[in-house]
Parts: sequence; C-alpha cells; structure tokens
Amino acid sequence: MSFDFTEVAVRDVSRHYGRRRALSHVSLTCRSGEVLGLLGPNGAGKSTLLAILATLLAPSAGEVRYGERTAAEAGPSLRASLGFLAHDLHLYPELTAAENLRFFARLYGVPDVPAKVSAALDRAGLASRRDDIVSGFSRGMRQRLALERALLHDPRLLLLDEPFTGLDDASVAALVARLRELRAAGRILVVVTHDLDVAERLLDRVAVLKDGRLVACDEAQGRIREHYRAHVTEPRA
Amino acid sequence: MPMFLKVAWLVMRKDLTVEVRSREVLYTTVFFAVACVLVFAFALVKEGRPLDDAAAGIMWISVAFAGTLALGRTFERERHSETLRALMLAPTSRPAIYVGKLLGIVLLLLVVEAVLVPLVGLLFHAPIASQPLTLASLLVFGTIGFSAVGTLFAAMLVRARSRDVMLPVLLYPITIPVIIAGVRGTAALFDPEPSVDLAQMWMALLVFFDIVFVTLSLWTFEPLMTE
Repeated sequence: MSFDFTEVAVRDVSRHYGRRRALSHVSLTCRSGEVLGLLGPNGAGKSTLLAILATLLAPSAGEVRYGERTAAEAGPSLRASLGFLAHDLHLYPELTAAENLRFFARLYGVPDVPAKVSAALDRAGLASRRDDIVSGFSRGMRQRLALERALLHDPRLLLLDEPFTGLDDASVAALVARLRELRAAGRILVVVTHDLDVAERLLDRVAVLKDGRLVACDEAQGRIREHYRAHVTEPRA
Repeated sequence: MPMFLKVAWLVMRKDLTVEVRSREVLYTTVFFAVACVLVFAFALVKEGRPLDDAAAGIMWISVAFAGTLALGRTFERERHSETLRALMLAPTSRPAIYVGKLLGIVLLLLVVEAVLVPLVGLLFHAPIASQPLTLASLLVFGTIGFSAVGTLFAAMLVRARSRDVMLPVLLYPITIPVIIAGVRGTAALFDPEPSVDLAQMWMALLVFFDIVFVTLSLWTFEPLMTE
C-alpha cells in the first residue's frame, strides 16, 4: 500500500495564514540514512514545515516531492510511508498503551497486529504497563510510546517535533540510540529541536529557519552552535 | 470487510471505548437534556395539563441542545492531544473516519434519547408507547440528519479559537429542516388522534435530508479537513 522513496525535496515552499507569512520560499532536500535538524527560534516556521512534510498542511506555493511524486499525485498511500511524532504525542489518554498501539496499527493496516504491538511495547520499555491507561504515564513514558506508535507501520520518512522535551537524560540517550538505529536502517529523519547538545550528537545536516525563511542549510560537522549563534541567538540590529 | 467500513468501525469502537471508560460526555449530555425537559415541564405543564404539541417540541429541542453539547465535548477530546490530526495522518479514506465519528455520535445521542423520551412521556403525558416503531424511526433518522451536519462542522472547527460559538451558529440554521420534520412527525404521533400516515410523510422527508446531508458531508470532509 505504501510506496518507497529515498529523497524528499522541498521546492520553493511558502505557506501563508491570511496575511501572516509562516514560511517563505523554503527549499531543501533530505535523503535516506540522514538526520536533518530544523533549528530556529519560536515562530520561525519549523512546525509548519513539518506539518507540510506530513501532508497535514498544503503549501500556499511550491511543492514537496517524495521521490518522484507530490503528495497530491501519491494520494493516501503516501501517508503509509510517513511517521509523525508531534509535540502533542497523538495518544488517547483514556486508552491503555496496548489499545493505543492496536488502534493505530489497525488503522494503518499493519499485518500481525498482536506481535507488532508486543514488540513496540518491549522497545518502549512498557511491556509491564501494557494494560495501564496512558493518562497515568509520565511524559517520558508517553513520549516513548508515541515514538513507537509513529513507527508501527515502518515509515520511510520520520518527522519528529521536539522529541526530547521533558525527557530525563536516560530517556534522551535511549531516544538518540533509537533514532541512530533508524538512520542506519536507511530511514529519512527530520527533527525539530532546541536542544543543541542532542543536536550535536545526532544531526547530519542542519537547516536554520528564521521568520519563515531558510537562512542556513549545511552539514552539521560540529558547526551547529556556530549556525545557531549566527542566526538565532545573535541580537537583532 | 471493505477497508472503508473497517476504518469506520475502528473509529466508532475507539470512541465508544473512550466514552465507556470516562462516561464524561454521556453523563454531561444526559444531565443537560433531563434538566432541559424538567425546566420546560415546570413552565409548560399547568395543573397537570401540558400545552398542546409541547411534548414534541421539547423533546426535539432537548435532543438538539444535548447533541450540540455532545459534539463539542467529543471533538474537544480529539483536540486535547491533537488526535484528530493523528487520524488525518492515517493512510485511509478520510470520509471513513467521518463515518466512524458520525456513528459514535449517533449511538451516544440514541442512549440520551432512551432516557429523554420516557421522561417526556411521563411529564407531558405524551403517548410514547402508542406507535413505538414509528417514533423510534423518527428519532433515529432525525438524529442521523442532525449529527451528519454536526460532525462535519465540529471536525472542521476543532482548531478554531471560537469553536464553541461557531458550532451552534453554523449548525442550527442548517439543521432547522431536520428539527421541524422531527417535531411535526412526532406531534402527529402524540396527537389525541394520531396520524401514522402524516408521521411517515415527515419521516420520508427526514430520510431525504439524511441522504443529502450525509452525501454532502462525505464529499466535503476531505477538502475541509486539509488545512
């Protein structure tokens, strides 16, 4: 049902909300086996770009190509190749961990749901809490569960919006290790983060957005803080 | 089972599981509907005798008010963790998600009506048991018509800041024909000389509205939900 691609190309994408400009003429590419970081101050347009990549928002101008096709050309089957870990986690607090995973697995048409759900709970370290309702979980537990929910259908492109928020050091280390595994498996990862320490450990390339514009896009190579200082924390003239 | 129906079933079952666990929307809606009927009973029943045709009107206005409350609360739940976005991300037909949400709302309102109708019968001396099948059919078709439009608007407004104001403002003018057909059909049954033929004529009109509203909602749900 899903289709495969090794590259996602954002081409001259703009997005407006009425007269407000959230993104302006952004172009960048992310490739298989690569972690692209989106950095920038609040309101820079990072989450808007992520929502456009997830097909939740349509660009006002420009296009996004997943391999050879746009979202409109690919239709709903494209969404089977996308995984999205949003800041709000997309979990039902009244359902148990297993019920949440089962519901989304069936919605995505995942084969062998019980085995996939058990494996996902094991990876999230929540096997012993599988029948507990999610509202009783800590932020870290919910975050791990939400990541496994986003990965249930083995997506080609994984989009993560501030995935390290509210996690303790051990949880951050576990999440970084999991994301590295996915990168090694050839997934395309796009991560929005403000955590520069984690960014330095994880990102291959960094794109800096400011006021809806792409102000830098470069290999990470230890230059993340340099880019951040130059474009984000530098005082306005 | 075809994928469309499977997705609709999954979404409906999930909504009902959440509701059975929290009972938040059911209790609120039943309490509101009962309070509504009681207040109208105090105002419109004098010395044990209700006003003519009051029962049908009170019943449907309570259903409409309780339905608006249920729609708002149900979609507020989806907004809380942005789970409606998660549903929109699934590689399935979005109209199937609409149908699942619609069925969940309809079932919830039917439970509310199961409490409401006997109460109206008791307080307004309405002969609810004289034509039970026709009355039940009127309620089912009326509830589907009201919920079809309500589910579409509630989903559309889920991220709007003024959703609590906008929902009734948009919903009531469009669903007025459903409410009128429901009231006239029910009044024909509650009349001292009941007319089943007249009730069935109004029921046919309700079925027509249901077909129109559900078709239009299925057609517009996908573009309206793409932000």
